[in-house]
Amino acid sequence: MRGLPDLVVKGARVMDPFNRIDEPMDVLVSRGRVAALSADLEAEGREVIDAQGLVLAPGFFELHAHLREPGREDAETLRSGLEAALRGGYTAVCCMPNTMPPLDNATMVEGVAARAGELGLADLYPIGCISRGREGRELAEMALMHLSEARVRAFSDDGSGVADAALMRMALQYVSAFGGLIISHAEEPSLSRGGQVNEGAVSTAMGLRGIPALAEEVMLARDLLLAEETGSRLHLAHVSTARSVRMLREAKERGVPVTAEVTPHHLLLSENDIDGYDTVFKVNPPLRTSEDVQALREAAADGTIDAVASDHAPHTVEDKEKEFDFAPFGMVGMESTLPVLYTGMVEAGAIDLMRLLELLTSGPAGVMDLRPPDYGAGISEGARADLVLIDLQREWTLDAFAFASKGRNCPFHGLRVKGKVLCTLKNGKTAFRAANVGGG
Amino acid sequence: MAFRERVKVMEEPDIRRAIQRISHEIVERNKGAEDVVVVGIRTRGVPLSIRVAEAVSRIEGVEVPVGRLDITLYRDDLHTMSQPVVRETHLPGDIEGKNVVIVDDVLYTGRSVRAALDAIIDFGRPATIQLAVLVDRGHRELPIRADYVGKNVPTSSSEKVRVALREVDGEDGVFIGYDED
Amino acid sequence: MAERKHLLDVDDLEREDVENVLETARSFSEVLRRPIKKVPSLRGKTVVNLFYEPSTRTRMSFEVAAKRLSADVMNFTTSTSSVEKGESLKDTALTLEAMGVDAVVVRHPVAGAPWLLRQWLQAAILNAGDGMHAHPTQALLDLFTLKDRLGELEGKTIAFVGDILHSRVARSGIKACRAMGMEVLAVAPPTLLPPVPLEGVETGYDFDAVMPRCDALYMLRIQKERQKEGRFPSLEEYTRLYQLDARRMGKARPNVVVMHPGPMNRGVEIAAEAADAPHAAITAQVAAGVAVRMAVLFMLLGGGEGGERIA
Repeated sequence: MRGLPDLVVKGARVMDPFNRIDEPMDVLVSRGRVAALSADLEAEGREVIDAQGLVLAPGFFELHAHLREPGREDAETLRSGLEAALRGGYTAVCCMPNTMPPLDNATMVEGVAARAGELGLADLYPIGCISRGREGRELAEMALMHLSEARVRAFSDDGSGVADAALMRMALQYVSAFGGLIISHAEEPSLSRGGQVNEGAVSTAMGLRGIPALAEEVMLARDLLLAEETGSRLHLAHVSTARSVRMLREAKERGVPVTAEVTPHHLLLSENDIDGYDTVFKVNPPLRTSEDVQALREAAADGTIDAVASDHAPHTVEDKEKEFDFAPFGMVGMESTLPVLYTGMVEAGAIDLMRLLELLTSGPAGVMDLRPPDYGAGISEGARADLVLIDLQREWTLDAFAFASKGRNCPFHGLRVKGKVLCTLKNGKTAFRAANVGGG
Repeated sequence: MAFRERVKVMEEPDIRRAIQRISHEIVERNKGAEDVVVVGIRTRGVPLSIRVAEAVSRIEGVEVPVGRLDITLYRDDLHTMSQPVVRETHLPGDIEGKNVVIVDDVLYTGRSVRAALDAIIDFGRPATIQLAVLVDRGHRELPIRADYVGKNVPTSSSEKVRVALREVDGEDGVFIGYDED
Repeated sequence: MAERKHLLDVDDLEREDVENVLETARSFSEVLRRPIKKVPSLRGKTVVNLFYEPSTRTRMSFEVAAKRLSADVMNFTTSTSSVEKGESLKDTALTLEAMGVDAVVVRHPVAGAPWLLRQWLQAAILNAGDGMHAHPTQALLDLFTLKDRLGELEGKTIAFVGDILHSRVARSGIKACRAMGMEVLAVAPPTLLPPVPLEGVETGYDFDAVMPRCDALYMLRIQKERQKEGRFPSLEEYTRLYQLDARRMGKARPNVVVMHPGPMNRGVEIAAEAADAPHAAITAQVAAGVAVRMAVLFMLLGGGEGGERIA
């Protein structure tokens, strides 16, 4: 990091969930690290960012993104996806292995990790498949992926559930040898087959096949039992129903080693928000009832849910501009997470700002069991300077066509929001800076 | 839009006498009423046609069949209407070989009559089709003339002619006036 | 310019509009009894039948209706398997737009397809059935038939019997009957009913028990693949419990109206004695189909923008 000019971020409200800091301070960034924090730092000719009235937080951690490389580079690439991450305030991203071909072996994950390393954007943590070819039949070489240069620490067949209970049980047993994490996409295929939206009043009115809440809950219940029995760590991806939340809460109380994430869209949108037959609202798990939304909001507030993950799932316009049954599931999220959650959760009084930052930083780091120096030092002397500067007063209109992501399938497009990521520092370097940021 | 009347050009007795005269002319022209069928164009041609048929029946002592015709489907100005309403057409039996007398209240551009001719012909081939109107106000846009006219009323094209009939409007009368917005 | 009119579902129509359609359809059924069954009203207009599902009867009904009104009719029939591989719905829509068609009658296996077309086309869109969602002209012709047989519909009782879960005929039909003030019963095995009860509809599993209450019985087609999906154990068992046969007809009201959207599976949901009974209205439904579709086409395409009725 030699050669990078030193930088002083002056006057920001420093909010760091890792070190429980919430106070105005000046931060000196030098050689890619946080060199000093104090109430008043002299600029001494260094570059200065005037951050009066802004919030400075650790860079966010994305647990769940689909970056589509390799195979669907028309929908997203590592470059466009990781640029989108930086614009959203994320300095580290887990990418899901349901690429074409899937990331189910050491060579594949190393290739993706190496490519991301060359790009030098946000850090990439590839997630490996649980099953070979993501076909749900036999275990993938999870230990070899873990031992590879990519150091894979979590595994998932995300995109579909592991229908075979014996295979899921063995996966949980197997990864305990090296402390691996199994991420469950809980969806019992025999219950969800052909489904397009949440089963219930809306699916009936729209004449679309439903995906019942049960499809998630049946498999989630099974996986909680398997985790309890094996003692292996289990993470539940995109929890979406009130009953899932209840089972999760009970399991945690029993001491089952389980964590869970929720997406911004499941916290903010219900099945009633589906507008006509607009396929931008087609997502899996589907948007559920308003009772489910309420339960998820409470669980995100009280800690039952550990993290927010965007389940960033870009698709081409051609793929989404289709008949509802023919369009793919998924929404992009990384560039809208902070503003929609600040507006819809913090301003709405569901959680405070520190809890939101936890859900985006220390929460996901805990799920992945990440520790310094990889991630998680927060804003402390010597920590890697992966930082995000946020203007909470800024009101603006979300525009999916201005995203760095190639995906335009954002359900919040056109929404008036409050809170904007102004600047993201990665290793002390300005990796993203919105137009018209003061200072310097 | 409301109709503001200026002049009443026919009173109730004028209308009664006009219908009486037209009915005599129909009998004279068709040498009786044997094969005569009277057909009114909706809306105000219908009560007029009933009055004419009754008068002809009284004169000749035979029952004259009456029909009613909705010409909406045949109009050439459908595209100028926001929501055209189609009502039932009813012709009394076969019109093949009959002398069909179309009855309407006002003859103006001739376009309604043109539509009525097309409609009638779709039901069969009458021996003749004749036209009776209560008022002829001129300004024809098609080569059409009436065989029986109650009264010729010269008008300017900016004026409106309103026919009131007791079956529809509660009173009989013909007025000239204009529309006010 | 006035907003283009469409018929996507029966929700688009107020009760008054429904009465208007039925009244207009009555005038058209008179036209259909004339020696020359054709009127010039839609001369110069082009109607496209865009059918992504093979449905000869519905397509023919729309085609006859348009031709009786003197419109030019083009048929575009394709299968969804070729759609998934071939031209997108959007490109097909843009092609039709470029040809300058006035109305598109669309039948599609995916719910909501007519709503997509509405975004891409200036033409009037008529939904001729989308997925399990809606079939508004069927609902209107059913009302026409019911009114013809029962007179005033307010307070009368109709039972929809069979695969209500997958049926667009039932979805639109039930809405339409409710809108006219009818009591609606849904009778089926629980696995063929929607996951949540339909609004204002009484659900039952026992066909025999409701039979004496019904002024009309609407028998829905049972598709054989539902049995393969395991929604009921066998056609024999279904038939035993839900077929309208001579024995059940014996329990019905004397002049009960028997309806079916066609094509019938004789011997499955309906037995010959019921289908061919004098009070069966099944062929009357077909006849009503042409008049009702003429009425809808005329009401969507017959008028212009704004304008005033002139004497």
